[in-house]
Amino acid sequence: MKNLGLTFFLVGLGLFLSLFFMSDYQLSNEDFKSIVKQEHQESLLPEIANILEKPFSNAISFANAIDHAVNTVNEQMRATQQWDQVIYDNYTASLTRAATKGIITEHPTTLFLLIFGLVIGGGVIFSLAGKNSPPGIKNNGIFFNALNNRGWIGILVGTILIAFYILLYFYDAHIMNWIILVDPLQKWINPSATSSQWFLYGFLYTIAVTVMGVRFIMKYRHSKYQIVRTISVMFFQLALAFLLPEILVRLNQPYFDFKNMWPLDYDFFDAWHINMLTSAGGIGIFMFAWGITLFMVGVPVLVYFFGKRWYCSWVCGCGGLAETAGDPFRQLSDKSLRAWKIERYLIHGVLVFAIVMTGAVLYNFISSTNTIFGLDTYTYLRKPYGFMIGSIFSGVVGTGFYPLMGNRVWCRFGCPLAAYLGFIQRFKSRFRITTNGGQCISCGNCSTYCEMGIDVRWYAQRGQNIIRSSCVGCGVCSSVCPRGVLNLENRDEEGRFVKNSFIE
Amino acid sequence: MKHIVILGNGIAGITAARHIRKLSDHKITVISGESEHFFSRTALMYIYMGHMKYEHTKPYEDWFWRKNNIDLKMGWVEQVDFDRRELQFNNGEAINYDQLILATGSNSNKFGWKGQDLKGVQGLYSLQDLELMEQNTQNIERAVIVGGGLIGVEMAEMLHSRNIPVTYLIRESHFWDIVLPDEEASMIDRHLREHHIDLRTNTELLEIIDDGEGKVKAVKTNDNETIPCQFVGLTVGVHPNINLFKYSTLEIDKGILVDELLKTNLPDVYAIGDCAQLKSPSQYRKSIEAVWYVGRKMGETVAKTICGTPTVYNPGVWFNSAKFFDIEYQTYGSVPPYHSSSFYWEHADGKKAMRIVFNENYEVEGVNFMGLRQRHEVWDRWIRDGKTLQYVMEHLTDAHFDPELFRRHEQEIQSKYNGAFPDHQVTIRKKGFLEKILN
Ligand SMILES: Cc1cc2nc3c(=O)[nH]c(=O)nc-3n(C[C@H](O)[C@H](O)[C@H](O)COP(=O)(O)OP(=O)(O)OC[C@H]3O[C@@H](n4cnc5c(N)ncnc54)[C@H](O)[C@@H]3O)c2cc1C
Ligand code: SF4
Ligand code: SF4
Repeated sequence: MKNLGLTFFLVGLGLFLSLFFMSDYQLSNEDFKSIVKQEHQESLLPEIANILEKPFSNAISFANAIDHAVNTVNEQMRATQQWDQVIYDNYTASLTRAATKGIITEHPTTLFLLIFGLVIGGGVIFSLAGKNSPPGIKNNGIFFNALNNRGWIGILVGTILIAFYILLYFYDAHIMNWIILVDPLQKWINPSATSSQWFLYGFLYTIAVTVMGVRFIMKYRHSKYQIVRTISVMFFQLALAFLLPEILVRLNQPYFDFKNMWPLDYDFFDAWHINMLTSAGGIGIFMFAWGITLFMVGVPVLVYFFGKRWYCSWVCGCGGLAETAGDPFRQLSDKSLRAWKIERYLIHGVLVFAIVMTGAVLYNFISSTNTIFGLDTYTYLRKPYGFMIGSIFSGVVGTGFYPLMGNRVWCRFGCPLAAYLGFIQRFKSRFRITTNGGQCISCGNCSTYCEMGIDVRWYAQRGQNIIRSSCVGCGVCSSVCPRGVLNLENRDEEGRFVKNSFIE
Repeated sequence: MKHIVILGNGIAGITAARHIRKLSDHKITVISGESEHFFSRTALMYIYMGHMKYEHTKPYEDWFWRKNNIDLKMGWVEQVDFDRRELQFNNGEAINYDQLILATGSNSNKFGWKGQDLKGVQGLYSLQDLELMEQNTQNIERAVIVGGGLIGVEMAEMLHSRNIPVTYLIRESHFWDIVLPDEEASMIDRHLREHHIDLRTNTELLEIIDDGEGKVKAVKTNDNETIPCQFVGLTVGVHPNINLFKYSTLEIDKGILVDELLKTNLPDVYAIGDCAQLKSPSQYRKSIEAVWYVGRKMGETVAKTICGTPTVYNPGVWFNSAKFFDIEYQTYGSVPPYHSSSFYWEHADGKKAMRIVFNENYEVEGVNFMGLRQRHEVWDRWIRDGKTLQYVMEHLTDAHFDPELFRRHEQEIQSKYNGAFPDHQVTIRKKGFLEKILN
């Protein structure tokens, strides 16, 4: 059954990947006229004439040809100082979409059902395969496996993920086939919308969290903590991150993810975002107030009572992906003291960057300016943050490096919200991982499987509780400990740091 | 500044070294022939099973030793000249000590079976044994394990993780029933069978049969059955590793004899861990206890004595834990397999249980837990303070240590207790709100 599931899954994935190459591109005159604005048509036409009605065999060359045409026009305009004629609209994606011809445009719904049926069905069958064996921790063979132990499969998967993220963030026209593939679902949720790369991403993300969530639940089914926690992240991803915002848009309300918050949601205070919310009437104002209350009141109060886990391993989308799709890679996080040092510099650096950037953006918003200390805020702060932190760090590195550096690279080294939550967890919280007397045998399972790279054993073998700002409370250390030494608890703050007396 | 030499880098020797370093600036040298760095012997099985790599079993990063000025010396000591205070290595090197701590650990038992030295027959104690096991179990069709103890069941789990069919010979009528009372032992029997381990109780090994080329081909049992196999794991216990001292002035019996300060009969020579044998162990404790925790405690104690505060070894209330495939086991205090009175509860799923042994005054002497996690500190205190069965039943929730959201069993246990001891009723714990929803 396991192999059957795997086969379905791989066939589905193979179809999905090969779809990348499976279209022809031919831009018709009518499409050109209906998509490109009147004022640009004239200048663009001479450059694009040799593309019109001409067949291209792949998206990359087609999109490059469009880019080239637009750039040529813009260069001419700049050279002749006709600034108002420079084209800032991005036509590449929309023209590519219109030009796409092939099986994907003819049978999008069939393909959608086929591909995702195989991927989801295969994934679920694969996950359920072991259901008849007795429940319990079975990490058998993890360090012999080419996927889990940075072998060739791991490297291959990492490469595909990294390539996918780069295409997603910077070359949406190149993955137009995939974007069209999910259009039937987009239309089903919201008939007046057209799928974008972000809809594609959200959908794939949700599948990853739910299917791999099923796998996670099966794997840790002896632990109710793990089951409930995983259902929670699956729910928040599916309902709050994916469906609700789409439904809001369908109801002509602002797109809003109620569980996301600043500073992870770094454009929350962008002028366009504030304007969008405040101009949307009562519900928009509520969303704005909700977003602020969440990080100003929700975080300190909930972290005080439950630790940062209430967010990082129960609610957050990044955390949800890491816990489910990332679980096969948790053992790859670096446990060395050196890695911990780097972690502290990096994550607090990003937090400071996020605060400075947001401060500047807010200052501009309030004072209706574009600069701070004479520097253009967008160019020097907002854009670099979005590019370096928002795209490269959290996406390309954060997820693309799962198979190489473990599943929490972003959460551990980069997430400014995690840094903020962690601060409170470390200094003012009832949460701790209790070490059970002298029972630790220093075996190392806990440290090995801690996705945050915490050397849990270091504390456990000294009879000390584990209180670390980075601990996301996933509970896996406790699950894998063969001697029942570790327990995640919310108890009185008093005695939190006291070392027990069984070990000197 | 003295030169303190520690022979053996296991938990006992390493704990001693770390604590001597904390308390003094003596020169410290730790010697082992097995591995350069301290690793966790208890984790050997997980390397074979692919849960971890060797690196992960090292409790300290490699820089730790230099930073703490603890010299590590890898090599086999061939002889100790106690008169000249000198250890001699098999490559001709030698080093001198001012004070010597012997922490040489154990060796696997072999009981003189015919064929016990054939290729494919082995015990499991050291890293070298693990490497051998890796080679010995390549492409085999069946393995036989002999001896129902903790290392045996670990070996069964190891082989099982590689889909190697296992026949498990146990002389007694249940698994580990020299330690576990019948109910607990039967629970493990059932669990082993659930994992398709071919468990043969009341079965003894007679001989191991040669395939004609010096390798094992089969084993013969006392009911005259011949079981074909390509690997035999001998896990019939361990004994102190004291070969080195057989013909020396060091006083030995089964192990190296030590007094309550862990001193041997020779000046400035101490022995700790598996290799040490206490001349007068405390009540309920044995003279040799080959477990991790004892090595650690002895290491802590001897460090104080060496650093100028003579300290009596005081192991406190016994505790131990293990895991049999998926069933965790914890024990506190004294639970002999045959005892006069105990209260036993077992969950309907047959995988969780609790046993409380008490004396004629109803004072709790020891507890066993299967599939339940309990707070060490609480049971240690209750047993030391001689709390009664009724008291611990009333306060059972204080000792609860299962992860959050796990199904609670106090109600069931307390009701069973109330039924069995109607004259000493306790109040039954109420379920929380969340609990009612989740269960
Ligand atoms: C597979 C396995 C699982 C176990 N699981 C558990 C468990 O779950 N819980 C528990 O409490 N206990 C467990 N034990 C027992 C526990 O590991 C031992 O009690 C403990 O490791 C003993 O520590 P030690 O420091 O006394 O000796 P050791 O760890 O044996 O260290 C002694 C070291 O000295 C070296 N040495 C000896 N002689 C010489 C020489 N002449 N020259 C150089 N070096 C020498 C040896 O090579 C060895 O490295 C387990 C044991 C095994 C084998
Ligand atoms: S997994 Fe448990 S026994 Fe092993 S080192 Fe960690 S706390 Fe100790
Ligand atoms: S310490 Fe334990 S609970 Fe915390 S992140 Fe690591 S594995 Fe998860």
